[in-house]
Formats: sequence, C-alpha cells, structure tokens
Amino acid sequence: MGVLVKEAIDVPPKGGFNFDLCRRNEMLLKKGVQAPSFRKTGTTIVGLVFQDGVILGADTRATEGPIVCDKNCEKIHYMAPNIYCCGAGTAADTEAVTDMVSSQLQLHRYATGRESRVVTALTLLKSHLFSYQGYVSAALVLGGVDVTGPHLHTIYPHGSTDTLPFATMGSGSLAAMAIFESKYREGLSREEGIRLVCEAICSGIFNDLGSGSNVDVCVITKGHKDYLRNHMLPNPRTYVSSKGYSFAKGQTEVLSTKIMPLREKVELGRDV
Amino acid sequence: MHSSSSVDKKGSEIFEMDSQRTLYPYVTGTSVIGIKYKDGILIAADMGGSYGSTLRYKSVERMKPVGKHSLLGASGEISDFQEILRYLDELILYDNMWDDGNSLGPKEVHNYLNRLMYNRRNKFNPLWNSLVLGGVKNGQKYLGMVSIIGIHFEDNHVATGFGNHLARPILRDEWREDMSYEEGVKLLEKCMLVLLYRDRSAINKLQIAKITEDGVSISPSYALKTFWKFSAFQNPAKGAEGSW
Repeated sequence: MGVLVKEAIDVPPKGGFNFDLCRRNEMLLKKGVQAPSFRKTGTTIVGLVFQDGVILGADTRATEGPIVCDKNCEKIHYMAPNIYCCGAGTAADTEAVTDMVSSQLQLHRYATGRESRVVTALTLLKSHLFSYQGYVSAALVLGGVDVTGPHLHTIYPHGSTDTLPFATMGSGSLAAMAIFESKYREGLSREEGIRLVCEAICSGIFNDLGSGSNVDVCVITKGHKDYLRNHMLPNPRTYVSSKGYSFAKGQTEVLSTKIMPLREKVELGRDV
Repeated sequence: MHSSSSVDKKGSEIFEMDSQRTLYPYVTGTSVIGIKYKDGILIAADMGGSYGSTLRYKSVERMKPVGKHSLLGASGEISDFQEILRYLDELILYDNMWDDGNSLGPKEVHNYLNRLMYNRRNKFNPLWNSLVLGGVKNGQKYLGMVSIIGIHFEDNHVATGFGNHLARPILRDEWREDMSYEEGVKLLEKCMLVLLYRDRSAINKLQIAKITEDGVSISPSYALKTFWKFSAFQNPAKGAEGSW
C-alpha cells in the first residue's frame, strides 16, 4: 500500500487573512500568555437623518490606555464629496480602512462618471471587514446623501451593518443613545439636528471616560456639505496665565561665565 | 490551643466546599433608578426576573418598604434580595422592641446594608445585589446606593446596572432641585423608556414608588407607550439590499 505523499503546493497568496497562527494563539492563551493590547480611540460617534440629509458627530479624544494621547484628533473621515464616515475602535484600523475605501470610491467615480453612492462605500467596507473576521477593529458610522436620498449606516468590526434613522457607536454610545432615544423625532430641521447631535456627543464627553474634549459635526445635504470642525468647545483650559511668560535679563542669577569659541576666526586675504 | 486548631480546620473546610459560596447569580432583576424630588424620593423599577436569558418571572416586586421611613430597591439575584429583606426585618423588629419612640431612619439602614454587603464580600460570599435605598426622616431626604462589593454613596439621583450607563446621563442633564411629583415621574418614565428600548432584560411593566414624610406608597404596575413608526424602520434594507 503506497503512502500518499502530500506535497506542499505553493499557492500564491491571494490576500485576505492568513489563519495559520490562530491555533497557536489559542494554545498560548490557554497556557496563560497575555496577548499584547493595542491602542483604541475610546469614542463617542453619532449620526442622524434629518429633513434634508444626514448629520454626523464625533468627540475628539484619542486614548492610549489611561492616557489621552491626542486632545483634538479628527474622527470624521472623508470618503467622497457627499459621503463621510466616523470611526471608533483601533485608530490605525479606522484610518486605514476609510482611506482605502475612499481611494477605491474615487477610482470607481472615474470609471463610472457618476457621483458615489453610500451603499457602494457600505459594501466595500463590510466585505473588507468580514474577510478579516473582526481582527480589523473598526466600528464605523457611515452617512451621506446620493441620488437615491440620505442614508445612515453602522458597520461593526465583524462586517455586519444596520440601516438606521439614528445611530451611535464607541464606548460613549450608551450615553449618546440615551439622549437620542429620548429626544429624536422624524423631520428635524438643520438647527435642531445639529443641537441634538451636539447634546448626544456632550453626553458622551461628560459621562464616558474614553471620550472628551471637543465636538466635531458634519452636515451633508444634497449637493452640499458642511464640515464643522470643533463646532463646540465645552472643555476650555480654565487657568491660563493672562500675563504670559517673560524671562527678563537679570531675573536669573549668573554664577560664572565661560566663552568658548567653536571655530577659529579666519581672516581671508585680499585675493583668494 | 484546641479551640484554635478546630477553627483552622473549619476555615479550610469552608474554602473547599465551593458550593457554599455564591459564584454567579441565577434569577436576576435589572436596573433600579431613584431620584430626589420636592417632597421626598421617587424610585422606579420594572417587574422582571430573568433566569439567564429567559424571562422567567414577570411580577417580581423589586421595591419594598423598610420600617417607617425607607424604601429599598434591588437589582441582581432575587433570592439574595429576599435574604436581605429578612435581615432588615429582624433589624427593624429589634429596633421596635426597644420601644423608645425612635426608629431607624434611611441613613442608619443604609449604613447597615453597607456593612452587610462589605462583610459578605470580604468572606468571598457576596449577596449578589446592587441596592438603592431612599427615605425621608424628620424632613431630611436621603437617597443612597450600595453595590455588590460594598461601595456606597449618597446622591441626588442613583441607578444600578444598565441604568448607570443609560439613565444617569439623562439625570445629570435634566435633574433639578425641588421637582414636583409629576415632573419627577415624567423624568423617571423618560429614563425607563430608554432602558426598555436598549436593555435586553427590561420588560414593559414597571412600578414607581414614592416615599415622603407621610410614608411609602408603591404604585400598581403599568406599561409605557413605545414608538416604532420611524419611516426608516418600515423598510430598512431599501437602500442596501441584503442588510438590515
């Protein structure tokens, strides 16, 4: 009886996630080895559909564990002139995935000669996240207005999506959702919508430790968008010296002086 | 010498028999919310008792009066809540037996509960509850909370469980000093509605309890009105076939 020899056929890598190390990782976890942790944004991001389009909102705090590493980061990412996307989760993942899909959308616009649709961005994002089985830790709120109307979607790290009239994601999502669930109604005007989004983000900022600093808002309507960076600054620096800092000569006592010429002065002759 | 060795043996026995300690809860109640208002305290809780992910009991009264001046609301293991009520019953009984015209107020009961919970936690055998205690004595309003490990504090509005994440942001924004009874109930109902939408173990059958100088009254159970008619809910996959 011959032994079937299975030769390792070298299949060229086609992309997507390589699951070879998963069994080894599981074994290490069982033995008690702790996996390294990664930087998350700890966020409140929201979106809502109003009368004329969609409004997206986000806080501006980026955290590395217990430390705030960026007090004023941008969490509302550009996807297309009529589509924006808020990102929560691992900062690198949200940046990379939104940049990638934004480029893909631009190429698609050149190929079709038409304005991008929100469902296109949605499908590109969800199929990418699904193929990585949740290891790309990006939770997104995608909103925009295209020929078919205003759309608002949430996308979870494993690749599932929801279509909603109002949505929140991130560590502050419960605080923001409490505001939305009690105050949202259909057919809000632009001012009411912006006010509600700011209230929800402020609820996240003040009640969740992972969110803080300022409120960014993005209003998208048919044919027009308003990116209101730092629309609200509810956390100003309280103690700033009004006199400023001046260090006049003579304030510091000079104990000794030593002057060392670093380069010899060379006098050049007349004709060089 | 003899007595100490027997105590040691008993101590090791207790640790070996894990079935004597509480390891996880079985029948649980979800959040309780409490606020101070003009005349006293208002506490709201739904009437659900979940057995894991099944809604097993739908008429559990999770708020009970304690003595003449206080009301206790609990979330977590229902059997431990009943045990706590037995302890408090004994406490109030002994207090009445003094027959000295004084009665235990909410501050004293809160302190007793805190000692009880903390001591059980130190023995690795906790009473698996988060308690809300409110009361009025001699015109003084009191609202406090004790957690499973004995963390306790007093505040103008408290919540347990999911209520901390969903109801407290609303209460921090909208609670005011000296609200009327109607305003207080409206605020509590607003919070309970959000909990009903977003907490999977909440049910639409709640009670609101009122404590004033005159005494305790627990309302009969009733349901809140929910709204599901957003146009985006009618056909959610209209723009994105295959999703929901």
